[in-house]
Amino acid sequence: MKAVDDVSFEVAPGEIFGLLGPNGAGKTTTIRVLVTLLSPDAGSARIFDLDVSREVMAVRRQIGYVPQQLSADGGLTGWENLMLYARLYDLPRVDRRERIDAALRLMGLADAQDRLASTYSGGMIRRLELAQALVNRPRLLVLDEPTIGLDPVARGDVWDRVEALRAEAGTTVVLTTHYMEEADQLCDRVGLMHEGRLGAIGSPDELKERLGPDATLEDVFRHHAGAGARLNEQGSLRDVRSVRRTARRLG
Amino acid sequence: MSGQSAAPPAAWVSASPAHRWWWVLGSRIVTFCWVEVAKIRHDRTELYTRAIQPVLWLLIFGETFSRLRVIPTGGRPYLDFMAPGVIAQSALFVSIFYGIQIIWERDAGILTKLMATPTPAAALIAGKAFGASVRSLVQALVVLVLSLLLGVGLSRNPLDYLGAVLVIVLGAGFFSMLSLTIAGIVLSRERVMGIGQAITMPLFFASNALYPVHLMPGWLQVLSAVNPLSYEVDALRALLIGTPGNVGVDLLVLTVACLAGIAVSSALLPRLAK
Repeated sequence: MKAVDDVSFEVAPGEIFGLLGPNGAGKTTTIRVLVTLLSPDAGSARIFDLDVSREVMAVRRQIGYVPQQLSADGGLTGWENLMLYARLYDLPRVDRRERIDAALRLMGLADAQDRLASTYSGGMIRRLELAQALVNRPRLLVLDEPTIGLDPVARGDVWDRVEALRAEAGTTVVLTTHYMEEADQLCDRVGLMHEGRLGAIGSPDELKERLGPDATLEDVFRHHAGAGARLNEQGSLRDVRSVRRTARRLG
Repeated sequence: MSGQSAAPPAAWVSASPAHRWWWVLGSRIVTFCWVEVAKIRHDRTELYTRAIQPVLWLLIFGETFSRLRVIPTGGRPYLDFMAPGVIAQSALFVSIFYGIQIIWERDAGILTKLMATPTPAAALIAGKAFGASVRSLVQALVVLVLSLLLGVGLSRNPLDYLGAVLVIVLGAGFFSMLSLTIAGIVLSRERVMGIGQAITMPLFFASNALYPVHLMPGWLQVLSAVNPLSYEVDALRALLIGTPGNVGVDLLVLTVACLAGIAVSSALLPRLAK
C-alpha cells in the first residue's frame, strides 16, 4: 500500500512552506521522509543538496524537527530539555549555554526555564519543543502540525514566534497543517495534499485567485480534492503535472 | 536550493560537527547518564521504593539463611556470599522493565525526536541502556552501605569498586537491552510488564545469585551457564568479597552480550518508531 505517491515540491531558502491536507493525507509520511526517519521506496528527497536516504547524519545536522505528538520530557526542566538536544547535536561545550539561553529567549521561556516541563501549559510545551529544535540553529525547521490542539491565543503566539525566527535567522520552515487559517496566515506557499498526492502548489493568494474572486483556501482545497478526474483538463495544473515525475526536491 | 539568495546569517550556518563513531557512542552514553541523574534529582521517590526489595533480601532472607549454614560458600558467611548477588538482582529488577519507559517515550513523540538527531540507532540504544544503569548503580550503593552496616567483609581496594561499577553498568545495560528488545517485539506497555515479570524470577533463580552453581541440578547448571546474570554475580563476588572467580571471562561474556543486545535492539528500533 502506498501512503504517499507522486509528491514533488521545492522549497526556497527562507520560505515558510506548508503541506495542507486533512488527516491521513500523507503529510506526516512526507515529513518522515524529509527528516530521514523513513526511506522512500521510490524517488528521492534532497535537503541543501544532501540526499536524505544517503547522507542521513549530515541531513539531520541541518534540521530541527518537531513531531506532532508531545515530544518534550516532563521529567526534566525546560533548560534541561534543551541541554539534552544541545548534547545530542554535538554542540561544542563553550557554545551550549549561550545557544540554550538564546533559544529559550526567542520562544519566551526564559522565566520558566528552571521549572519541570510537566508543569508547562500546552502552548508553553509547544514553544519548548520549538526551542529544542532551534538549539542546533538548523537551516531547516520541520514542524508537523505545530499548533494542533492549541487554543487560538497559543496558536497565534506560535505563528508569531515562527515568523520572528524566520525574520531573525532566515530559517527555512516546512510545516504540515490541516488548519486552513494557519496555511493562509503563516505560509508563503502551500501544497495541497489529499490521499497521498500533492494537488496544487502556490501562495495562498495565488491559489485563491486561480479559482475565482472571493474563493477561500478551503474552496481551493475542495476544488482539488473533490474533482480528481477533471484536474487533468485544466491548464492551471499543467505545471504541477510536469514536476510530478521529477525527483522530490527540497533545498 | 538555488535561485534565491536569502542565505541565513553566518551564525546560523554553524552546522554541528561530524565525529567518529566511538566519539558519538561515548558522548551519547554520557548524555543519557546525565539525563538519568537529572531525573533522579527531580524525583527521588523511585529510589526509595526500589531500595525496599534488596533491603528485604539482605535483612530477612540473608540473615535467616546465614543461620542455617547449609549452603557451602567457601568458608564465608552466607550474607557475604549473597550481598553481590543482591546487587546484581536489584540491577536486574530495575533494568528488565526499562522497555516500559521506551514504549511510553514512543507513545509520546520523544523517541521520534531523538531518532531524528544525528545519533545512529546503535548509539541511541547504547546511550539509553547504559544511561538506565545509573539507577542500578544507586541501588548497588544502597546494598553496599547496608552490607557494610551488617558487617559483610567487603574489599578495601578502590580498583575493585571501579571494576564493580563496570560490571554493573554492563549487566544492567544488557538487561535494559533485553527489555528494549521485548518492547520492540510486543510494542505494548502491558506486555512488556507481563513478560518482564515472567522472566525475572527464572533469570534470578537460574543464576548463582543465591547459591553456588555446583549445588544445582544439571539442567539448571546449563541454564546458569548461558545466563548473563551468573557472570555478573561471579564478577561482583570476586571483586567485592574476594572469592575466586573469573573476572576476565565474566567481563568478556557481559561485553559480548551487550554487543548482541545493541545489535538486536537497534535493529528493532525502527519498528518502535513507527
